[in-house]
Parts: sequence; structure tokens; C-alpha cells
Amino acid sequence: MGFRLGKAGGYSGLRVLTEGLFGNKGWKPAWRDPAPKDSYDAVIIGGGGHGLSTAYYLARNHGLTNIAVLEKGYLGGGNVGRNTTIVRANYFLPGNSEFYSHSLKLWEGLEQDLNYNVMHSQRGLINLFHSDGQRDAFARRGNAMVNQGDDAVLLDRAGVRRMLPYLDFDNPRFPIYGGLYHPRGGTARHDAVAWGYARGADMRGVDLIQNCEVTGIDIEAGRVTGVQTSRGAIKASKVGMIVAGRSGQVAAMAGMRLPVESHVLQAFVTEGLKPVLDHVISFGMGHFYISQSDKGGLVFGGDLDFYASYAQRGNLPMVEHVMEAGMALMPMIGRARVLRSWGGIMDMTPDGSPIIDKTHVDGLFVDCGWNYGGFKAVPASGWCMAHLMATGESHEVARRFRQNRFETGHLLDEEGTGSQHNLH
Amino acid sequence: MRITCPHCGDRDRREFYYMGAEDYLHRPAEGAAPEAWNDYLHLRDNPAGVTRDLWYHEQGCSAWLLVTRNTVTHEILGVRAVDGEAAE
Repeated sequence: MGFRLGKAGGYSGLRVLTEGLFGNKGWKPAWRDPAPKDSYDAVIIGGGGHGLSTAYYLARNHGLTNIAVLEKGYLGGGNVGRNTTIVRANYFLPGNSEFYSHSLKLWEGLEQDLNYNVMHSQRGLINLFHSDGQRDAFARRGNAMVNQGDDAVLLDRAGVRRMLPYLDFDNPRFPIYGGLYHPRGGTARHDAVAWGYARGADMRGVDLIQNCEVTGIDIEAGRVTGVQTSRGAIKASKVGMIVAGRSGQVAAMAGMRLPVESHVLQAFVTEGLKPVLDHVISFGMGHFYISQSDKGGLVFGGDLDFYASYAQRGNLPMVEHVMEAGMALMPMIGRARVLRSWGGIMDMTPDGSPIIDKTHVDGLFVDCGWNYGGFKAVPASGWCMAHLMATGESHEVARRFRQNRFETGHLLDEEGTGSQHNLH
Repeated sequence: MRITCPHCGDRDRREFYYMGAEDYLHRPAEGAAPEAWNDYLHLRDNPAGVTRDLWYHEQGCSAWLLVTRNTVTHEILGVRAVDGEAAE
């Protein structure tokens, strides 16, 4: 499948050239702005990355096009529009490993598939380690990645120095021992991912309805029958809840309690600089990860603020930690000025892994619990959620993302930090 | 953000360790069904608004505190020690 060449509205280098010759008057909005119909075959609650990709793959893979995405604000205005844009497949546990591997493969074909430049850049990801124990753990993780069919290279100190000469290798507290290099890791332009999926879904007939808040979920005799919204009632026999940090409130409309606690995660961006950071780098002795955007800003983030929050703004102790970690790792960034910081609301689960599952209500599905790793999962999450909604069966790479693992004890605790929501 | 500890007074947020919602105070009886343990350990109301959660005054008196606060505004509405003594 994929994009049909020649269709009106297709994007190409030739089109950019010809539009340029004629005053760029031929560009049209990338998607329609329809009013909601009375009923659809399926409704997706949430017009973020995961909701839009689910709608896209429902249409593309399963031929379900009489569907609507309901977004209370504007498309891609939540976490997909405010994250550190890292794309990687360096997971260890069976269950996570195959899922993120699948997602990375989808990323690699995404631009051709969507006919949209999402600026996916496989610039390489390097996770640094700072002790013998950490080296062993990363060697083991690297082997798991290779066994999954992905790529990983264990770099020693000299190897890291060749690639990243600007790091503080002799920091007295946190000397750099080496790094796990994941060449296919990288970044993507976050907004473009949402827009590309939105356009792809719209072109296949999906109604993307903005400024439409879901206020209730209609359930009759254990089956979902539709939703109540700020723009009227909409009937649907299948409803997907894909609302990230707001999962608790939406699930409560269906009488559910989720294993999710919402926390704020901060990220930061500096003024634009000339190219200085060619990779994505993560510090191993503090929560700090960084890359440079194509506009030149250094984009970096840290850990949660650690207390449940919906404030979309963070507190100063974590700002301080992130800046200290950055300075400990790469003192050269000390003169860059931070332009902006922001906070996104993360749906934290007690094992740090997500949920793509049915619920106790027939026809009602849930996709949540992405913690703070949801961006790289956008393609596979949509792929697997669409598969579940269309077929009623979990996709093979998402078969462990079931809610009942919390009852049976089959947790997917990638970091091994225990059943506390804010520790993942 | 500052929290008024019933024993130590008004202190910086950095002195406190956050554990999670007050659900952790309602530990099921030994031998309870798996659903009860799931409820206790994992499932959360996760309110956008007023909540009550557990904080530990790690760098102070080592008391466990039950803090009533607003998750949208970060306003602290009340603090008491888990063993009962209220602040203010």
C-alpha cells in the first residue's frame, strides 16, 4: 500500500519546485475540518500521536475508514508536540524488545508510507556508562538488542572519545568508562509525526474533529454504544481511549480505575547554536539526555518531578538536577542560554510499561501507560491498537501489554525499580 | 513548593521523598485475593485536583506525612503525620 503517486495533494520535490515557480498558491490545508457525524464505526478519543497513528493504521491496514478522532484541543497539542523526540529500540525484556523493534522498523519506512517528511534522523544514540557494573549491564542489554535483530555496539572509553571528544571524561565523580552505541537510534521532528499521521488518516476518510471534548462514555448492557461530547452525542460500537496523562479521567467515565498515576516531566531547549552535537547522548549517572534539533537548539530532559501532577509546569529542584547533570557531562554547554522549559503529563504505570488492551466493557479499548517513552512508540502503538480494535486480538508484538499482568504479577519492569509509579 | 511538616515546620520540597497516593495506607490482610493486592499496589484514582498522598520527611524528622494538595495548581492544602498529628 502506501501513498498513491499522482493523487492531488501529494508532496514531492517536483511539487515544491513548481509551487515555488507559481508563488506557492497551490498548497491546500493538509486535512479537512469536518463537523462530527451522528455515528461512526469506531471513535478514537485523543488526537495525539498514538490516537492519530491508530486511526491511520485502522484505515490503512484494516480498511476501517468510517471513524473519527475526537480531540478536546488541537491535533498534536499534547505530549507529541512537546517532547525530546528520541527514537530508539534498546529495550531488554521480552515483551518490550520486540515491540520497540517493530516500532523502529515502522519509523524507518514512515516517510515513504506517509508521503510526509517527519525528519527522522538516525544519528545514533549513545548511552554512557560510568562503572564496571554499569558496563556489564549495558553489555547484556546490547546483546539482547542484537538478539532481537537490532544494532548495538559496546564502545570503550577511547571509542566514545573518538565520537564525542567534548565530554568531560575525567570528571572525578563520574568518569566515563564507555557507552552503548545504537546506530539506528536518533530523533524525529515531533510535530511532523502528528501532522503526517493526521494527513494520512484524513486522506483515507477519517474525520479528525478538534475542539471536541468527550464528556461521557455510553455503555448499555456491558457494551459501549457511543460517547457524549461537547459537540453532541456520537454513536460508535468501538471506542479507543488514547489520552496519555488524562487516561485516569477518561477511564473513570467508563467506571474503570487504571494502574496509572500522572506525573510531570520537564524538558528544556536552548537558543539555536551551530551544529555541535551530532548524536543523542544519555548520561549514566544522573537523569540527563540531549540532542540538537535541526534548528540548532539543544534539546534535553531529565527525570520526573516525582510527585503526581497535572500542572504542565515543573518545579525548580529538577531543573537544578538537569542543569548540574548536563554540566557534569559536557561543560561546553555552560554558556548556552536556555530559551524554554515545559512540562508534559506522563501516564506512569507501576512497571514502566504500557497497556494496549480490551476493557471490561465490550468494544471499549485502552492504550495508555507510556510513561515518558511514548514518542518512539507512536508507530507501533497505533499499529497494535488498530490491530486490537479491528480484530479483537492483541498483536503479537504487544501481547504482553495486557492489564491483567498487574494482577498475575507478570510485570514488565524494564528498570527493575519495583511497583511504584514514579520510579520508572 | 514547600511543605509544612507537623514536627519541623515549613520546609523545602527537596527534604521530602514522595511515595504515592494514600492507597498505600490501606494494605490488604494477609491472604487477600490478588484483586485486592492489585488495587492496593497498582490501581489509582489519579485525580486532576485535590488528592492525598504520602511523603516521607527524609532529611528531617523521618516522619511519614499525609499531604492534601491540588495536583493541578501544586497548592498544599493540609499536612498531617500518618500517625495522626495535624499541622497548624
